[in-house]
Amino acid sequence: MHNPYIYIVVIAAVTYLLRVLPLTLIRKPLNSPFLRSFLYYVPYVTLAVMVFPAILEATGSVWAGAAAMAVAVVLALVGQGLVTVAACACAAAFLVGLIA
Amino acid sequence: MSAGKRAVFLRGMRDGIPIGLGYLAVAFTLGIYARNVGLTWVQATISSLLTHASAGQYAGFSMIGRQAAFTEVVVMTVVINARYLLMSTALSQRLGEHTGFLQRLGLGYCVTDEIFGISLAYGAPLDPIYTYGAFSVASPSWALGTLLGVLLGNVLPEAVVKALSVGLYGMFIAIIIPPTRKNRVLAGVILLSMALSFALSRLLPGLAEGTRTIVLTVAIAAGAALLFPVKEEAHA
Repeated sequence: MHNPYIYIVVIAAVTYLLRVLPLTLIRKPLNSPFLRSFLYYVPYVTLAVMVFPAILEATGSVWAGAAAMAVAVVLALVGQGLVTVAACACAAAFLVGLIA
Repeated sequence: MSAGKRAVFLRGMRDGIPIGLGYLAVAFTLGIYARNVGLTWVQATISSLLTHASAGQYAGFSMIGRQAAFTEVVVMTVVINARYLLMSTALSQRLGEHTGFLQRLGLGYCVTDEIFGISLAYGAPLDPIYTYGAFSVASPSWALGTLLGVLLGNVLPEAVVKALSVGLYGMFIAIIIPPTRKNRVLAGVILLSMALSFALSRLLPGLAEGTRTIVLTVAIAAGAALLFPVKEEAHA
């Protein structure tokens, strides 16, 4: 069993390097359109893959997860903020979890 | 600190308050997740103080939970936080020429999605003092929320804890969905990502979640970048 603190430090160090290297090394904009586009799409693809289907399995009830997802997507589409979306997703999962 | 610098720092603190309130709530769900994978409140809080990256910590905690190999931890952390490369690159363009090395090291520590957003909105040249002000409010909120999530996750009824565990996913949805209103390609990319993630999880159930995320991210983002290169405005 690895020590959790080693993981925590590795994750923190790698994350900090990502944040600080461009600020210290890159003084000009990236020129490659492919690289810029790739970096643009990366967070969206990563988060989408992480959300689905994991959200369906998060609460133990597929229906509660699906309700949370539906509520979150609709509220995000109509422009609600991060906190509202997260809170309403939780409320939906709770309510559906009571009956499902 | 001169009066001018203090005013800039206070302005950053003020703008950091709404961010901090949001962080409290979201970090609470991260804390619950940390508890679920077996982390103590000390470990989770230290991680939040050092890393302050929601998706990155979430993925990190899941890898701690299943004792993933360190190579996977490094690769996954790079992949999931790759957006910080872009954000810091953008911020580097906003700094004055005379901004010193230490200031750049300090500013880098403060880059989160939200703090990046308000730092861009500050205008050029960016005064790192402003970002430090916002971070001085937002970061303790993130750590405190994580701490409360770990501790109160034990106290709250199970039905509530289970419901709260979707909060983080709700936050991710709130990040990725709004830009799709103006960007059909992005909407398609997100739908494809979810569809392929679902398909792969069913076709290859033995494939580790982290590996699935890496493989799909690189493949789909590269494909999208080749087929639909992003115009400059879309980065803003």
